[in-house]
Amino acid sequence: MSTEFVATLVKMGLTLGLLLNVVPVMVWVERRGSAFIQDRPGPNRLGPLGLFQALADAVKFIFKEDVTPTAADRPLYLAAPVLALLPALTTFTVIPFGPDLVVNGHTIPLVVSDAGAGVLLFLALSSLGVYGIVMAGYASNNKFSLLGSIRASAQLISYELALTLAVVAVLMPVGSFRLADVVAYQRAHVWNFIPQIVGFLVFLVASFAETNRLPFDLPEAESELIAGFHTEYSAMRFATFFMAEYISMTSLSALGVTLYFGGWTLPGVHLSGWLGAIVGLAVLLAKVAVCMAVFVWVRWTFPRFRYDQLMRLGWKVLLPLAIVNLIFVAAMTIARYL
Amino acid sequence: MIPVSWYLLLSALLFAIGTAGALTRRNGISIFLSIELMLNAANLALVAYSRLWNARTGQIVVFFVLAVAAAEAAVGLALFIAIYRQRRTIDVNRLNLMRW
Amino acid sequence: METAIFLLFALLAVASSVVVVAHRNPVYSTMGLVLTLFAVAVLFVLLGAPFLAALQILIYAGAIVVLFLFVLMLLNITREEEAPQSGQPLQRWAGVLGAAIFCGMTGMLLWRSYGATSPSPLTEQLVSLKGLAGELFTEYLLPFEIVGLLLLVAVIAATVIARRPGIEGEP
Repeated sequence: MSTEFVATLVKMGLTLGLLLNVVPVMVWVERRGSAFIQDRPGPNRLGPLGLFQALADAVKFIFKEDVTPTAADRPLYLAAPVLALLPALTTFTVIPFGPDLVVNGHTIPLVVSDAGAGVLLFLALSSLGVYGIVMAGYASNNKFSLLGSIRASAQLISYELALTLAVVAVLMPVGSFRLADVVAYQRAHVWNFIPQIVGFLVFLVASFAETNRLPFDLPEAESELIAGFHTEYSAMRFATFFMAEYISMTSLSALGVTLYFGGWTLPGVHLSGWLGAIVGLAVLLAKVAVCMAVFVWVRWTFPRFRYDQLMRLGWKVLLPLAIVNLIFVAAMTIARYL
Repeated sequence: MIPVSWYLLLSALLFAIGTAGALTRRNGISIFLSIELMLNAANLALVAYSRLWNARTGQIVVFFVLAVAAAEAAVGLALFIAIYRQRRTIDVNRLNLMRW
Repeated sequence: METAIFLLFALLAVASSVVVVAHRNPVYSTMGLVLTLFAVAVLFVLLGAPFLAALQILIYAGAIVVLFLFVLMLLNITREEEAPQSGQPLQRWAGVLGAAIFCGMTGMLLWRSYGATSPSPLTEQLVSLKGLAGELFTEYLLPFEIVGLLLLVAVIAATVIARRPGIEGEP
């Protein structure tokens, strides 16, 4: 077995382990964070600061009864959670998390898939996430589920446009689809969120909509649709949707951090070798953690949008803003200001 | 190296399956899906030819095919929605008002 | 290795495309089409067009096919076809036969013309995205602009056609 092959396996294992462990941590952060914002104690019985609450939740999910409605379209009903989880897990593979590492004379880039189409791959895979939601809604054979999934598909397609245009604006001055090049570019210049503040704001709002988080959680608005597309799901299948949401939040945060906040780099820090790799990973994780905290903060601060407001925001505000930003960045790139 | 003719044969097979679907289905949207399948088979053939002759033209045509498919889907589905509002069906055998 | 990948995904493409045309429930047909698109995207990568593979997933599977699903659910015609198909078995068999004849003839023709000749190894020039973009925006600029216009026209047409008649002041 070649070094590259082993390295790829190790990187895949590392990424998968990280992503799966995000979920219990985020469950805890979400519950404690919401409690903090609403000025109540929150889950604090199990372990220090209630840290083991997530464990209890997991055990509960595993042992709950798994119900499949009789009128459900069984094959699709069972496949839907997996369809939702897979894109969430695979998108992270294009995110670089450290400088190139030299092992046994082989140069190993610290990114699982160093594809030339990097960001495109991310966008392509994340655009498949909508199928899990749509299938869940359809297969449940339940009005609320169907309404939730119709809303979800319209919302995801609408906001994907603005998101993609914001990302394209970042790539233009860099001249490459590889995220490692984006990071290198930011290292040579400044972090992208300063010259691209408009694009960043568009990206931020669109990523809330893409992950179905408040204030854009219309697909699962509990006061109107019970639980939207996953109304009929219980036990581990419900937990799978839950995991998919948190993991796609993580992946999208990692993309945002890489595009706008220098990825695994810190200004003024130039380490290489194993130390550089470990510091790079830690820096990336720290930045992602900040983003996740913002996700939680926003969720418990803002009220939910109405559906027409959501569509108006997407098509009449974000999309024109993203296009203007794109033209602006293109002009600046041609004039060599960026 | 896989001979390019394998890709071309696969493309012909996919195209034939799509044709059969477009000819035999009666649900408008299923026919539409079959046509998408045929377009996709054509894309595969184009990319295979671009590989065979080491020219990018085939890939560029695929790019245009994608755009045309998007335009076609938008207009076609809008038509189906309009027809469904009028007739409560998109079974093409019952949409025979213009037939005679 | 390459042969194995090709065979796997070619088989997947054929199987899922049969689902597209043969399944009675349009939702399954749509999911079959997604699988076919995915398998063909993998074949694009093998053929040295990773950019097109990503585009295929992003635009085709991620947007166009979702539109199909969206309309299927909006019209709620997901259950089955309206009437049993048994009315015209002749039409059905004619379609299948015609497709088989077409496939056989084209297949023969292709095999005679190209046979089992292996292509030259992939060149960086063919795979690179920069080259593709360069050619697209210089030599094919006019078709590119026309396609952009086509998309604009399609958007306007779709909005006008799908608009509910009678409601004038509606945004």
